[in-house]
Amino acid sequence: MSVPLPVFVAIPLVAAFVLPVLGKGLKPIATLLANLVTIALLILAVTSIGDSRTYEVGDWSIPLGINLVLDGLSSLLLLAISVVSTAAMLFSIRYMEQYTAKPKYLSLFLLMVAGMNGVVLSGDVFNLYVFLEIASIASYALVGFGCEHEELEASFKYMVLGSIASTFILFGVAMVYANTGSLNMAYISRAVQAMGMNAGLAFALSLFVAGFGLKAALVPFHAWLPDAHPSAPAPISAMLSGVLIKALGVYALARLVFNVFGVSLEVGWVLVALGLASMVAGAFLALGQWDFKRLLAYSSISQIGYVVLGVGLGAVILARETNIAWASLAILGGLFHLLNHSVYKSLLFLTSGSVEMATGTRQMTEMGGLAARMPVTRAACAVASASIAGVPPFPGFWSKLILVLAAVQAQMYWVAAVIVVVSVCTLIMYLKVHRFVFLGELPERLASVRESWGSMTAAMVGLTCVCALMGLLVLVPSLRVGILDPAVSVLTDGLAYSTRLISP
Amino acid sequence: MKGMTVVVKTVSSWVKVLIFLFGIYIILFGHLTPGGGFAGGVILASSYVLLMLAFGRDLVEANLPLPVASKLDCLGAFLFAMIGVLGLVFGGVFFVNFLYQKYVPQEPFDLVSGGAIPLSNMAIGLKVGASLFLVIFALTVFRYDFQDGGRKTAVADGAEQQKE
Amino acid sequence: MPYALCFLLFMIGLYCAVVKKNMVKIVLGIMIMEYAVNLFLIMLGYLSGGVAPIINRADYDGQTQAIAAQFLNASVDPLPQALVLTSIVISLGSLALMISICIRTYAKYGTFDITEIRRLRG
Repeated sequence: MSVPLPVFVAIPLVAAFVLPVLGKGLKPIATLLANLVTIALLILAVTSIGDSRTYEVGDWSIPLGINLVLDGLSSLLLLAISVVSTAAMLFSIRYMEQYTAKPKYLSLFLLMVAGMNGVVLSGDVFNLYVFLEIASIASYALVGFGCEHEELEASFKYMVLGSIASTFILFGVAMVYANTGSLNMAYISRAVQAMGMNAGLAFALSLFVAGFGLKAALVPFHAWLPDAHPSAPAPISAMLSGVLIKALGVYALARLVFNVFGVSLEVGWVLVALGLASMVAGAFLALGQWDFKRLLAYSSISQIGYVVLGVGLGAVILARETNIAWASLAILGGLFHLLNHSVYKSLLFLTSGSVEMATGTRQMTEMGGLAARMPVTRAACAVASASIAGVPPFPGFWSKLILVLAAVQAQMYWVAAVIVVVSVCTLIMYLKVHRFVFLGELPERLASVRESWGSMTAAMVGLTCVCALMGLLVLVPSLRVGILDPAVSVLTDGLAYSTRLISP
Repeated sequence: MKGMTVVVKTVSSWVKVLIFLFGIYIILFGHLTPGGGFAGGVILASSYVLLMLAFGRDLVEANLPLPVASKLDCLGAFLFAMIGVLGLVFGGVFFVNFLYQKYVPQEPFDLVSGGAIPLSNMAIGLKVGASLFLVIFALTVFRYDFQDGGRKTAVADGAEQQKE
Repeated sequence: MPYALCFLLFMIGLYCAVVKKNMVKIVLGIMIMEYAVNLFLIMLGYLSGGVAPIINRADYDGQTQAIAAQFLNASVDPLPQALVLTSIVISLGSLALMISICIRTYAKYGTFDITEIRRLRG
């Protein structure tokens, strides 16, 4: 079965505009419809794995029209987006009852999903910018959804930095158009190969690195994330940390660097440096946090560093032209870590939402002893923490192991050492979470706390199962060949992207 | 807000019709002359803004209640998406100009020579007009709940313009 | 030279967004940045002495081929104009959201000064 590619964008977009029309009386129907949409997207994403095709919107052939491209990397990201959005939507059935204006929340949520799917599928730089803005503006509104002091402040901060990032990206698009005369990625790539990198293109690339780095919250540009992600409602934090920073930041950056501009040693080292800085700074800042969601947000910065590090190592090895196998190993590690992180970090944010809803606080000093009161939440948190810290049978271990192997093979032993050290820091911070939230004395105030059953536990249990089984993706060869290898080969093939789309 | 002096009220009550008609003209002739759905929609909204400035908010709210504007807004977006879907149904590709393919067009530069383009212009005009009205209205009401359609739909418009 | 002025405008906007303490001024700075980029895009397509890229009925009725070639050489590039229109729509959306957040924040805190709006750390 192959559906036309715009369906991935059109279904959530249409649903986003239908939902607000259903009035207050029809709230259950609106919720049901939104859940059906995310489940349908999940099914479509699963069926599109291993597929590779392009779609020309409006029957205008490129470069005149807009095209959507589905390849291994896009379908990997689509899978991550739809898994996380399905779980978050299921979680928000019960969680969002505490807010008013639920249909508007659902509408903005679907708008964000539509934007992210569009970013992942777009084969056109300007269209990528437009979808990126749809997703970002929906997320600005969702961060400030509660309209309380902290939320408005975090939303404003996020919005200012996000708008500056978008302006940088738009300026980059303009520079690319000025230098190559095209907006289609394949044609830009061909023009870059024909004329080589000149000063204008290098400037455009640096603007893209800054803009997408801001969207991905890499370390010099990370200031907004620790405010914005904790302030949002828990399912939205899961979406933001789980997939938004990856689809808007890492995916777009990787696509542009590898497939459009072509890898070079300089860009590779910049990515490695950004990744290492994010890993180290994020981990050390997270260790000192006492706010549960804020700790998770800093930990996101650290984990996104792993992904960028993997991709950057791949770029460095490719540019050195030593051994392509090690490059694909590094990229495999990065992309597998991306998939892992989107699952377990969204699971952790969902558990934090469950804890916050039950106890009414996010301060870890005021909690304790919740293990007996909230067994499901505790189990989910334990699996996700073990995975993020790299405890062996869980997927986080395998992705970090692959990254370490790739770094050793590239003879960058210090990088491997940093990966291991940061992993130990991650283990410490999640032991801290368990010690202060789930173990220890139960405070008097929380004696009547109960597990939040219903859709919230269903979402957490579902994601826990996915998280526990993710390791199979690299261990079972057929799954790896089907899901991860196509994504890796899209990046290692580099500029062959253009010849695949344009018959010479 | 009680509105402005009688001079302003009289003049704007004459001019508002002309502005509204001009907006409709821009939308209808969008495929032949400069303009189109977005520009025409802005002009439609501006006629309501003129009324709001001259007569105060209450008259405008009685004339075009917010729930109605919000529904029009969603309707415009929905119609635009439906034009895309109809392209898929009749032409086999999303947003293909299915009317142009199926029915041989009239002479170029005639009013009905654009196939589905004027239809999408109308949908966009409806959407932009309603959402811009909502945005401006929401900004004038201090305590109004901002979680409304206005701003997010204005954004989605960007995508639609782009798809067009 | 005009490109350099665009860049200068961009930098002025960035300076305003980064340095100013007032929320409304920050928003204005971001808008200045966006309009600098829009201006840059428009100037990319500019052709000195160019005509608007719209065919009239009078042009069309003449010898089509000759007119088309001449038209292609003389008209300005329409693509950046479409891009600018789209980016104006997007910046309209984000401007409306930013202003509404500013108003909401003012209602909560009673000030526009970001040095006084500091409930969140770091």
